[in-house]
Amino acid sequence: MTQPQIHTPPCTSVDLSELRLGDALALLGHGDIAHLPNDHAGPRAYVQRIIDGLCEISLRDPLTGLSNRRHFHSVLVREIEHVARSGNSALLLMLDIDHFKKINDQHGHLAGDQVLQAVTRCIASCVRPRDTVARYGGEEFAVILPDCKAGYGDVVAERIRKTLAELSIQVSPVLSLQVTLSIGGAFAPVWVRSTSDLWIESADAQLYRAKAEGRNRVCINHPQTISVSAEEKSLLFGPISTGDPAWIASAIEEPTDNKPMQKGVNHE
Amino acid sequence: MSDVRTFPQVAPVDPIKPMGKVMAITSGKGGVGKTFVSANLAAALTRRGQRVLVLDADLGLANLDVVLNLYPKTTLHDVFTGKVTIEDAIIKAPGGFSVLLAGSGLVEYSRLTHEMRDDLLGIMESLAPQFDVILLDTGAGISDVVLFAVSLASEILLVATPEPTSLTDAYATIKVLAAQQNRKLIRTIINQTARMGDGRAITLQLQQVLDRFVQNKPGQQIRLVHMGDIPSDPEVRQAVMRRQLLMQNTPGCPAGLALSQIAIKLEESVIAKLA
Repeated sequence: MTQPQIHTPPCTSVDLSELRLGDALALLGHGDIAHLPNDHAGPRAYVQRIIDGLCEISLRDPLTGLSNRRHFHSVLVREIEHVARSGNSALLLMLDIDHFKKINDQHGHLAGDQVLQAVTRCIASCVRPRDTVARYGGEEFAVILPDCKAGYGDVVAERIRKTLAELSIQVSPVLSLQVTLSIGGAFAPVWVRSTSDLWIESADAQLYRAKAEGRNRVCINHPQTISVSAEEKSLLFGPISTGDPAWIASAIEEPTDNKPMQKGVNHE
Repeated sequence: MSDVRTFPQVAPVDPIKPMGKVMAITSGKGGVGKTFVSANLAAALTRRGQRVLVLDADLGLANLDVVLNLYPKTTLHDVFTGKVTIEDAIIKAPGGFSVLLAGSGLVEYSRLTHEMRDDLLGIMESLAPQFDVILLDTGAGISDVVLFAVSLASEILLVATPEPTSLTDAYATIKVLAAQQNRKLIRTIINQTARMGDGRAITLQLQQVLDRFVQNKPGQQIRLVHMGDIPSDPEVRQAVMRRQLLMQNTPGCPAGLALSQIAIKLEESVIAKLA
């Protein structure tokens, strides 16, 4: 798979339900290939389309046509590697439809499915083609935004939230619903090797925060800003209460055995 | 709120796996003698029998060639572009240690490209077996190039002078490295001190401000280890002007003796444990 695209249900010109072992054998030259679907491009192209179709099925969520969790993970792993080496920041958004269970309970699962499809279209319309939108779980979505500056991430997340909040979703001729999203986001650590699990955890924590703070909102953890305050500066040159003399004696000396020397960095 | 300087932002997780034998020499502020220390420390370690490589990790902006009076025909740039092999680009410095210069061609890259990072990592990995220690002479400031170079090293040597601007920048550098690279230990060398003992007091002062403002998890605070002072010494100026190594010409002068002491301390506390 190259750059994942967002599109509605996978379009494959081969009906995979027609795939038979006999066809495969025929293609391998062990049988009669005469009955294979007439394809002017020949049997190789036919097999290629079957493989493409299988890839689509294995990587996409059937209801929404979005990347499924499997594909999402592979993109996430690749992106975190990229970020570690490139220094370009990337944002992961986790989005959860507020009170989705109520929709299912009150209006049925078909209405629920229509809501999921509408939310999908809404998210897809708010992001760049290069971003990966995935269905992470039942009513939970995820978006991976490569090369995403801090300010841009905020804007996109807020745009998704606002667009959906203003949307009226027609689920039947007589019924339209309104839903909202809680969105949590986290930037991938730059210059450092992290894991996709840590990244998801961090975005999830923000999603919980958005839920806890009342839903229909965006919470993104911004990398901490490091600056030197005037107070710190003044203390660098001013007197400091020096405290425990024993501490002073041992400070800034080579750590001893009871304080094992750490070779610069922990790798746990 | 007064000082609004901010630094490249990196979240605190494990750095790109740093290499055991690699020691980054950095400073925060430029002009504090970082390259002077790199070159002369390399010479002092070489005198003690260590196999030392100094790598210009400022990617062409370092003054290593100027300090060492070298005019290399081949540089890291030629290695990257495939013109020469690494072995061809490594040159012997007057002090007997090896040097790998970046070459001015690399200045063109305002940002490190992925390929260059991978190349740099690959080069260091392939060279590691031939040396006891690799010193990275990093650039001044806290640019992404410097942060990247430092992230490759398992040990950090921070050079500062007693000047207020140098100390502020050193403090900022330590803060960034603690937060962004999860560093626990940074070694300090205070250059150009008026009296012996000044450097220790300065490091202690830095440590105390760090204890107060850089709050990591309890018991995980960033720890400075004072490696030594290098006193102000007219011989240093002489050596720099003549573009010669202090450790070659006047190793017995006060600054030279101080550098030798720091080399011994590094050997005992770092190199012996990295081997």
